[in-house]
Amino acid sequence: MRIARGELYAGRALLLALMAMTILPFLSVFTTALHPSGTLPNGLDWPADPQWGNFVEAFKVSNMTALLASSVFIVLAVVPVSLVISTMAGFAIGLLRIPGSRLLFLLFVFGLTLPFEGIITPLYYLARSMGILNTRVAIVLPLIGLFMPFAVFWMRAHFVNMPGELSEAARVDGASTWDLFWRIHVPLARAPIASLGILMSIWAWNQFLLALVLVEDPTQRTMAGALGAFQGHYATDIPLLCAGTILILLPTLVLFILFQRHIITALLQGSVKG
Amino acid sequence: MTPGDRTLALRTPRRISLLRGIRRDALVGWLFVLPALSMYALFVLQPLALTVQYSFYRWDGIGPATWIGLSNYATVLSDPDMRETILNAFRLVVFFSLIPVTLGLIVASVIHRVATGRLGAAARTVLFLPQVMPLVAAGIIWGWLLALTGLVNQFLTAIGLGGVTRAWLGDFDTALPAVGLIGIWVLLGFCIVLLLTGMTKVDAALYESARIDGASWFQELKSITIPSLRYEIGVCLTVTIIAALAAFDIVYVSTAGGPGKSTTVPGIQIYYTAFLERQVGLASALAVALTVLVLVIILPLQRLTRGSDR
Repeated sequence: MRIARGELYAGRALLLALMAMTILPFLSVFTTALHPSGTLPNGLDWPADPQWGNFVEAFKVSNMTALLASSVFIVLAVVPVSLVISTMAGFAIGLLRIPGSRLLFLLFVFGLTLPFEGIITPLYYLARSMGILNTRVAIVLPLIGLFMPFAVFWMRAHFVNMPGELSEAARVDGASTWDLFWRIHVPLARAPIASLGILMSIWAWNQFLLALVLVEDPTQRTMAGALGAFQGHYATDIPLLCAGTILILLPTLVLFILFQRHIITALLQGSVKG
Repeated sequence: MTPGDRTLALRTPRRISLLRGIRRDALVGWLFVLPALSMYALFVLQPLALTVQYSFYRWDGIGPATWIGLSNYATVLSDPDMRETILNAFRLVVFFSLIPVTLGLIVASVIHRVATGRLGAAARTVLFLPQVMPLVAAGIIWGWLLALTGLVNQFLTAIGLGGVTRAWLGDFDTALPAVGLIGIWVLLGFCIVLLLTGMTKVDAALYESARIDGASWFQELKSITIPSLRYEIGVCLTVTIIAALAAFDIVYVSTAGGPGKSTTVPGIQIYYTAFLERQVGLASALAVALTVLVLVIILPLQRLTRGSDR
């Protein structure tokens, strides 16, 4: 390789600078969170007397246990159902090629670019007439629907590339369509299903607009929705706001560090296919 | 097959059972699609149709609705506030899309040349971090960084630029670029990592021979990287342009559309018009306009990137 030493160092310096720019905001929030509640500290300033109690305080006032439970509930209600029904649909469209599958595919693809803002107003009135406004169900049901375009698109992309011989062999052995799906193709689709599960969990956890519009009580919302409400209450108390933000971010950060390779791969594949 | 053939075919018993089998298979296949399709129809297609329907009415969400034809659309096109929100969406495209993609291309090609192994892997993780956390968190964090006593002003004072410090998100002139900066922070890492991954798929021999010929970084970028990464660049543009046009979370949390209307984007305007001003019809007309706008911009882009080679 003929890369000049100067270029090598300059390039690495650029990289380190970018990493610093990504991390510094978190550091600033962290040091700010340690200042006495109610004060207005400087951006990056280690306090004389770190107030670790701020985290306890934020944990209490944000009702963290309830928030976690609510977000976990929403993810568990949305993701498994979405995985099952989108895998079934992707299987029928991509592999069985049922009559009308081309049209169905286009119908789902049409939803890929749809901004959530485009349907949020009727969703509110729909939830109101169904009597589910201000309950988690009002987030869960629309979220499953909103995930369908991407999820079906993603699973179809997998099934469309599966060799036909496999299914024919199973058919000869007298397997029903359900057997074919459940015993043969689902086990083979584990990898794309897992990636899709990761993607939808992150998106559900981070969903803000639906939570903001459809549910008033922060303890019935997603994590992102709860964070929005927390900011509304503590916008003036910067140290407490920072402590709360860190707490609410913590589960995401821990999971990201643990599963970073899977998550990065899934998110990249997700955008490339979408 | 002519009608005559079909009657002939139907007479043989085997054909009959085969046809029945096909029809049964189709039915079973449709049953597989049904759950996904009904959730999609109920909670996406139905509300979408309702948005279009609402857009032709004047309605406060409670009382009776009055049919007013296209006048909501006329308002969207003529009202200065409404037009400003759409212009703001395009201004955000510069910050959320053009800057991250251009910068991402430059940075990724530098990293690709000089940083392999450990440093590269660490960079991938760190730069990707903003991508997994809620945008609301990015908005809150930067709301504090860009505040009067925040890190940005502290840094500017330290390097002798104390004169320009201000509350960046509260100033009419700087609020939109400041919101744009948050978008850059969130999306730059994503673009870098995606483009880098694309570069590792390019034949290494291509770069090797270019370097043996003593190609500079810029020559390498221009004649190898950009042509080979057409698809990845298209994906970056698609994702970031949608993020800009349909922006909501970051803006809502950091400026709520202010000061004045200086950072109000269509998403924010739809929310306020529908739920605070209770002009459901007008909000819906803007929502239809936004949906169409995204489609009209993204579709040609898809054709461009998937065109010849994929």
